[in-house]
Amino acid sequence: MLINHPILGPRDASEFVYLGDANLIHRPDWQAEDALAQFTKYGYLRDNPAGEHRELWFHEQGDRSWLIVTRNTLTHEISKVEMARDVASAEGRSK
Amino acid sequence: MTSPNRLNGGLIDRDQPLNFIFDGRQYSGFKGDTLASALLANNVRLMGRSFKYHRPRGPMTAGSEEPNALVELRTGARHEPNTRATTAELFEGLTAKSQNRWPSLKWDAMAINDRLSSFLTAGFYYKTFMWPTSFWEKVYEPIIRKAAGLGTLSHQPDPDNYDKGYLHCDVLIIGAGPAGLAAALTAGNSGASVILADEDYLLGGRLNSETHTIGDESGADWAAQTVAELQTMPNVRVMNRSTVIGSFDHGVYGVVERVSDHRPKPLTGKPRQILWRVYSKHAILSAGATERPIVFENNDRPGIMLASAMRSYANRWAVTPGKALAVFTNNDDGHKTAVDLTTLGVRVTVIDSRENAPSSGSYETIAGGRITNTAGRLGLTHVEVTTTSCTIRSLEVQGLGVSGGWNPNVQLTCHQRGRPQWDEALSAFVPGGVLPKGLVPAGAANGVFSTQWALRSGQQAATEVLGHLGKKSETIAFPEAEDAPAKIEPFWHVQGAKRAWVDQQNDVTAKDITLAHQENFVSVEHLKRYTTLGMATDQGKTSNIAGLAIMAEVSGKNIPEVGTTMFRPPYTPTAIGAFAGRSRDEHFRPVRKTPSHFWAEEQGAVFVEVGMWLRAQWFPRAGETHWRQSVDREVLQTRNSVGVCDVTTLGKIDVQGDDAAEFLNKVYCNGFAKLAVGKTRYGLMLREDGVAMDDGTAARLAEDHFVVTTTTANAIGVYRHMEFVRQCLFPDMNVQLISTTEAWAQYAVAGPNSRKLLQKIVDPEFPIDNEAFPFMACSEITVRGGLRARLFRISFSGELAYEIAVPTRYGDALMRCLMKEGEEFDVVPYGTEALGVMRIEKGHAAGNELNGTTTALNLGMGRMVSKKKDSIGSTLSEREGLNEDDALKLVGFKPVDLANPVPAGAHLMTKGSPVDAKHDQGYVTSACYSPNLGHHIGIGYLKSGDTRKGEIVRLVSPLTNVDHDVEVVSAHFIDPEGERLRA
Repeated sequence: MLINHPILGPRDASEFVYLGDANLIHRPDWQAEDALAQFTKYGYLRDNPAGEHRELWFHEQGDRSWLIVTRNTLTHEISKVEMARDVASAEGRSK
Repeated sequence: MTSPNRLNGGLIDRDQPLNFIFDGRQYSGFKGDTLASALLANNVRLMGRSFKYHRPRGPMTAGSEEPNALVELRTGARHEPNTRATTAELFEGLTAKSQNRWPSLKWDAMAINDRLSSFLTAGFYYKTFMWPTSFWEKVYEPIIRKAAGLGTLSHQPDPDNYDKGYLHCDVLIIGAGPAGLAAALTAGNSGASVILADEDYLLGGRLNSETHTIGDESGADWAAQTVAELQTMPNVRVMNRSTVIGSFDHGVYGVVERVSDHRPKPLTGKPRQILWRVYSKHAILSAGATERPIVFENNDRPGIMLASAMRSYANRWAVTPGKALAVFTNNDDGHKTAVDLTTLGVRVTVIDSRENAPSSGSYETIAGGRITNTAGRLGLTHVEVTTTSCTIRSLEVQGLGVSGGWNPNVQLTCHQRGRPQWDEALSAFVPGGVLPKGLVPAGAANGVFSTQWALRSGQQAATEVLGHLGKKSETIAFPEAEDAPAKIEPFWHVQGAKRAWVDQQNDVTAKDITLAHQENFVSVEHLKRYTTLGMATDQGKTSNIAGLAIMAEVSGKNIPEVGTTMFRPPYTPTAIGAFAGRSRDEHFRPVRKTPSHFWAEEQGAVFVEVGMWLRAQWFPRAGETHWRQSVDREVLQTRNSVGVCDVTTLGKIDVQGDDAAEFLNKVYCNGFAKLAVGKTRYGLMLREDGVAMDDGTAARLAEDHFVVTTTTANAIGVYRHMEFVRQCLFPDMNVQLISTTEAWAQYAVAGPNSRKLLQKIVDPEFPIDNEAFPFMACSEITVRGGLRARLFRISFSGELAYEIAVPTRYGDALMRCLMKEGEEFDVVPYGTEALGVMRIEKGHAAGNELNGTTTALNLGMGRMVSKKKDSIGSTLSEREGLNEDDALKLVGFKPVDLANPVPAGAHLMTKGSPVDAKHDQGYVTSACYSPNLGHHIGIGYLKSGDTRKGEIVRLVSPLTNVDHDVEVVSAHFIDPEGERLRA
């Protein structure tokens, strides 16, 4: 499998470490009323789609950037690769 | 030596005779022969015994699809079982042995299975060996294992090397028959980078096995010239002996190049095989087609083979299985065999299942005939033909060619999502469904069977691919070539046949398939698993379609309704060594050595693997005969004076930036924002689910600069996690991370004399007395007159202790310097065992305690989890289940009878309670003999352990016969007030 790194171009998947669902970047607010329930959902519940899936890959044997890869779980077609940091930042995940 | 079955002509080199040995007898063949063709030339048709019934078998094919002629090739460590005689190239001195027979190929004791065949049908094991249950493992399985299977292993390490390689190309062309060569020529002329790979050593595919001409020359000559032309193109890489074994995502293909299999052993410095990973933009599948047999009674005798194989043996290798032959066919292609062999002077009779079969003046054709039986115990002697008028004729023949039509080699199109589709006109599956992206099938692999159209199809495929690449292609005008239509009338099996083999490699008969259907295994996937049809190493290349056809017939469906099973990589059996490449033995994974490794080796250290690192475990001295003597000495000497331990392997992560402290507040459950510059703090890292992940220290070297340490085993995972937190959770923090594990060599200097020792090497402008450099201080310093270093006053041993780090290249020098300067204190190097003993004596947690199930509360650090801030794991660590009243707490254990050990892994029970999981009270995580206390000690988790000190509990380990009493004590066995480390 090849992952088209936004900065480095196509790289073999063996350079990467897989984490899972990109929803892991949506970490809940610890001060929310129902923080415990939100964190439980965040920590344990995942969608398992047959089709497009946004997922986190770490370029461990490369530039050590976390990527969000949109991969079709049926065909392995990769339609989009983004820098996770850019996505998280754009979503307003701030300090 | 005479070769009775050798004909004239062929593509063998008669000037290069080669001697070889099969089953102890010497024979000779020629360069260009395979083992199978050379044996046939010597009138040896019997080459092996079948898998289940031990039936005598000979070659059925002349290629890699061979199910029967599997032999043990070579001797000694290079001995390789289950090698196909049909692809093994002959070399001088080749030694081969038949397999799956005892005592000899001609007299095989297990052939009794064939007589018992009515009991050994499909599902036999499942039905017969069901009772009694306990017999399966002890009685049945060993017997079955011994009886089944084919060749045996040498049980010696493989002496050869296997390499891995990486190639990139615009177009990978798989198969160098007419379609592949036409495609390669078209793509090569356009300037595209091309790889042409073929499993054969001679490129040309069927052109080398047929008498067809292309223009004025023979197909073989045209192929040779085309290959020569391609080899002059710098943008074309021609690879023979190279099998494309798999098609993977995004245009990646696996190719095994057999660099040395045609030699007695690899040339010096050469690997046996190379596994290439080919990154292609496009691929053209021109892998040709495989002929399939017709199923009839006793269709597996040596001498019965595919008609195309018979033709290959005659035209390419100049060999016939005998002087009188027959051909059984349902299509025009079978007649080609008759024509070619008749021309070579062999008598051939054709039995054509079609009543309107074409007739020829040069050989007899029995139109509408069927072969209803055969004879010959160790090799074919007669075939029984039933004619349309139901008369039975017996023909005396030594060979029978069978042609049931051709199957396009669609395997690689199925490795991802492709599902072949049925072509009614060809009576065959052709590539269908979703093909691998970028792959275009051509030629016979796409159901285009004539040479003329194969050439055009290859060219068309190349033109299509070049269009996608934006390259211009010129149309090559190929000369006229054979263009016979593929005329076929489906005929799969002779009705009423029982002992008729469908899958010859797994010994599956027509009767087995009918039986499976009767027993309601109606899905093709069930049929496959119940009968093992197509599950042998040939993946049913010659058997699947006949099996599906019989299944269709008994279930009243047609073949496409029955469906087909999936083909999976590898295309042909592949040596495990090729997948391993150089990653074997000590190279299985890299070994990491610390900068002072060679110094430790000089001291005679015993090493232990920790992650990939080699760490000194202890340093035996003269006279010490047991590791405990060395470890006890190292511990006592450190606690009494001073010891040095290499702790380079701990993970080190540099954290810099304005938000560095805030960032550490997120990754550690305890607070770091208020840590003063020049101070170090213990930090506990949680997973988001609240379970402890790792621990270490963070030293604040500047307002915006921390150095974090991790445990050796978790160094990589912690770094990955910290990058996740930084990039994905807090992307706007101004903080940067870099792993500096390899940049610094670090040593723990521990014991009451550690300060005195360090004062001898730390430059005087950096005072390290207790006032200037108190417990938990850290600083960037210099040693030995200006060498930059880092000093941390931290202690894992519980003694007055420091860790000193220098740039990696000075690690060895620093270690030698510490030893020399420490002579006056009798300094001792200590290994990981002594390190472990001292940390257990001190009650410090390590990997055994942070075992992936324990929380800060369990570790006795519950109050460290700050409620005032957000950190990873802080919210979920408040879950009810992790905070029960009787939660496990880390405590120490001391045996009541001091002679007893406290083995780690043993469980704790309340006195008088039953010993079962329900009453479990906890377990011991780490244990050792404490030379300071003079008895064994342990630390571990006990329910409400913090309130049970002084209680006597029962320590049990039924597996190791441990059952004795221990006292619950504080985990801090040594210096519980911590006076020593603050001294």
